[in-house]
Amino acid sequence: MKNTTGYIHSIESAGTLDGPGVRRILFLSGCPLRCLYCHNPDTRKLKHGKLTDAFSELREIAKNQNMLAKMKGGVTLSGGEPLLQPEFVKTIFEGCKRMGIHTTLDTSGFLNNNADDELLDLTDHVLLDIKSFDPTAYKNLTGVKLQPTLDFAQRLADKNIPVWLRYVLVPGHTDDMNALGELALFVHKLGNVERVEILPFHKMGEYKWNESDMEYQLSETPEPNSEQVNAARCVFKNAGLLTL
Amino acid sequence: MNTNGTSGTIDLPFLQDDTPEYYRSFKTGNWAKEIDVRNFIQLNYTPYQGDSSFLSGPTDNTKLLWQQVMNLMVEEQKKGVLDADNSVVSSIVSHKAGYIDKDLERVVGLQTDKPLKRSLMPFGGVRMAQKALESNGFEFSDDTREAFSKLRKTHNDGVFDAYTADIRKARSSGIITGLPDAYARGRIIGDYRRVALYGIDRLIEDKVEQLDSLEVQSLSEDIIRLREEMNEQIRSLGELKEMAVEYGFDISKPAGNAVEAVQWLYFGYLAAVKEQNGAAMSFGRVSTFLDVYIKRDIDEGNLTEDEAQEIIDHLVMKLRMVRFMRPPEYNELFSGDPTWVTEVVGGMGLDGRTLTSKTAFRFVQTLHNLGPAPEPNLTVLWSDNLPEGFKKFCVQTSIETSSLQYENDDLMREYWGDDYGIACCVSAMKIGKQMQFFGARANLAKTMLYAINGGKDEVSGDQVAPEFMPILGDKLTYEELMPKFDSMMDWLASLYMNALNAIHYMHDKYYYERLEMALHDRDVFRTMACGIAGLSVVADSLSACKYADVKIIRDERGLATDFETTGEFPLFGNDDDRVDDIARDLVKLFMSKLKKNPTYRDSVATQSILTITSNVVYGKKTGGTPDGRKKGDPFGPGANPVHGRDKNGAVSSMRSIAKLPYEYAQDGISYTFSIVPKALGRDEESQIENMVNLLDGYFGEGGHHINVNVFNRETLLDAMDHPEKYPQLTVRVSGYAVNFNKLTREQQEDVVTRTFHESC
Repeated sequence: MKNTTGYIHSIESAGTLDGPGVRRILFLSGCPLRCLYCHNPDTRKLKHGKLTDAFSELREIAKNQNMLAKMKGGVTLSGGEPLLQPEFVKTIFEGCKRMGIHTTLDTSGFLNNNADDELLDLTDHVLLDIKSFDPTAYKNLTGVKLQPTLDFAQRLADKNIPVWLRYVLVPGHTDDMNALGELALFVHKLGNVERVEILPFHKMGEYKWNESDMEYQLSETPEPNSEQVNAARCVFKNAGLLTL
Repeated sequence: MNTNGTSGTIDLPFLQDDTPEYYRSFKTGNWAKEIDVRNFIQLNYTPYQGDSSFLSGPTDNTKLLWQQVMNLMVEEQKKGVLDADNSVVSSIVSHKAGYIDKDLERVVGLQTDKPLKRSLMPFGGVRMAQKALESNGFEFSDDTREAFSKLRKTHNDGVFDAYTADIRKARSSGIITGLPDAYARGRIIGDYRRVALYGIDRLIEDKVEQLDSLEVQSLSEDIIRLREEMNEQIRSLGELKEMAVEYGFDISKPAGNAVEAVQWLYFGYLAAVKEQNGAAMSFGRVSTFLDVYIKRDIDEGNLTEDEAQEIIDHLVMKLRMVRFMRPPEYNELFSGDPTWVTEVVGGMGLDGRTLTSKTAFRFVQTLHNLGPAPEPNLTVLWSDNLPEGFKKFCVQTSIETSSLQYENDDLMREYWGDDYGIACCVSAMKIGKQMQFFGARANLAKTMLYAINGGKDEVSGDQVAPEFMPILGDKLTYEELMPKFDSMMDWLASLYMNALNAIHYMHDKYYYERLEMALHDRDVFRTMACGIAGLSVVADSLSACKYADVKIIRDERGLATDFETTGEFPLFGNDDDRVDDIARDLVKLFMSKLKKNPTYRDSVATQSILTITSNVVYGKKTGGTPDGRKKGDPFGPGANPVHGRDKNGAVSSMRSIAKLPYEYAQDGISYTFSIVPKALGRDEESQIENMVNLLDGYFGEGGHHINVNVFNRETLLDAMDHPEKYPQLTVRVSGYAVNFNKLTREQQEDVVTRTFHESC
């Protein structure tokens, strides 16, 4: 194996929300999307992270190997957008696979082209964020195109890699019932989506925008109430999908 | 061949027409010939592998009774102390029967004649008893005070006769704090199950037999003491019987059914808390023992699940009501009226069967039926092999109530077998076969400052330790500090052990636990349980000296009272071997120093890494330290990293703690863990699963103990301002749980500033 370098924003040794079991989460820095609701804008710039190398990270992961197994967890590469640093992802995932550790990739799928087959073959599980199913809304929300994400989703389906789909519900931006219905149909047809997580939009990251002098455009946007969240969940449940 | 060591026919109960009624359908064995409770349990208990669905809620009876107790507790919370005896000295038989509501109580017996009325226990120290009364607005009766000052010497008087000038100085400087030299030492667990299984007459018979074994040619000092103790034990058993008669029960014979078994057992415990006001008066390991009786009654059709739960609920209610009279200084160290009525549940047997029974579930269920509470200090003995249903039920209960602690059975079983209990918070001991001489804790952070300042106290300026050469330069290096720190630890360990030897000599002499020891074997294994505080502060400080630049700042007296540290250095709690090794070595080093000293009654020296709430007081009395901690700031509780310094989440923190060697801290290593519910998972099911996973992971790494708190910081902040909204809010602090409203403001703030794991 050849060592590679990468930029990391931070590490959480006991992540419980990003994949099965209790996991070691590496938040990689750098992201090409400019989501209006981004709650970690401090991870956007690649070189704002700390430069490290895959072997050092793998040594730390190795120390946790037994405990990760007991906790039915593994390693999740999140971000930022991990696919911005595909070689780094590949080395870490390859090391994990050699140690028998479960790998999860948390991504928006926009950098589909960066994820070659070799990388996907090292990936046990994907947390896929589809921010909207309407191309125009998607562009407005993220600044980039939707299509690469859909292509990525299709490739994961073809390879039968299990996916947990994530959808952030933002009133006025991503709560159009028709678009939700179409997305549910798309996801259902993929066949490899094990669960759907509807994440209610929250403003807990707003302070980070202010700290970095960026303008937060969703200050006036309300957080969805539980009825709105349930309605969205129902759309996916009705499509026969396990939905949280 | 019969593996239970009994002959074949005796195993068949129907062939035994001479089986007494109370032992009907029990499988007999060694327990029938000798006092051997473990053997009885092993032969008769039924492991339970299922889930919690069989459990019952509270009966109407329970609800009515608990409401009355709650009302009293609310009143007590307002007044501090509801009522107190000021003249009658408490003993096993000192009071008439007392009740909450006689018609509703399935289990009876109170410490005094009224619920929550605190008894008078001056044998540990009469000044302490007086202070406790007066500070709570009660007057000490002149007659009783006179009797004690003129006629009856106390433990406290004896200890101060023996203390050397050195010890007195160290005690007041705060380098050793919490010494049990003015009240009962506690941390002794009587095997209260024996009362139920054998009845008092058989227990007395056994003790008389043991006394006969001491009819020896020449009476040595040891045998003289033991003979006196055994006679006292026999006397106390007689008084226990008398106390039960006052409540209308004859406990001379074994218990004949579940209600009696619970009642007999509780009487044994009640007698102990009427006689001793030990800091920790733990309960032992009773659930699976009681399960044998409960199951027999249910099988016979004489008991329903509702009724079974009712008995346990009522027993637990009584345990929640144990009270002692304490002065304010005591509350500073151990906040919120703790009594450490520790009861362990779960665990695995040596033969691989789980010791979890349905009654273990019933004990945990009390936290749902009666609501969260700090007492009894329910302690789950965790094992990788513990039934999944029990793991999940305990964790679900933790998430809802934050009232449980967990300890590593796979680790402790190797040392203590499968019939041990926990005294206080983390101290394992074989029930009925082992006791400990409890010994507070030494302040390692202050010791380090003494090493820098040549034995002078950085706060008072007094020469407390012998005059050593101080560090004279401005830069503090690891190489210069360590040899001085090492010698200072030698001094401290020997002084500390001297103090403990004096305390326990006098306690045996003036305040012997005759009833608790009557429920032990003749020859018990004794440990001398020392302790340390400030481990993570010292580890981080030494790490700073080693990996960063530490400049000493001296005050006008020339004493180092603050430090300026520049550069990065590894901090304990981040799974970084560079500093974790320092912490581990410190534990081993201080233990080796303790072991160099002779101990009273040839007890075996051990140590704990445990602070209770005293991490706040210790910090308050300690100057600034090289790790950047300011003068007066709290230490991390127990073995915890210093607040806010574990930066990589819970698993890294747990791994650092798990590296501390139990081998050199056999009295226990306490870790307090707080997490917000959302950080455990998106829904209840995954929260439970992930908490189970975390515990499996932590204990798999060799972690010894963990307190689990699951709540939001906002809840605590709100409770600080609106205590009336949270009458039962319970939080786990180092080794025990406490009602949040009973903490001082400072301690509440300490709990709030703790690291809350809130993964993104």
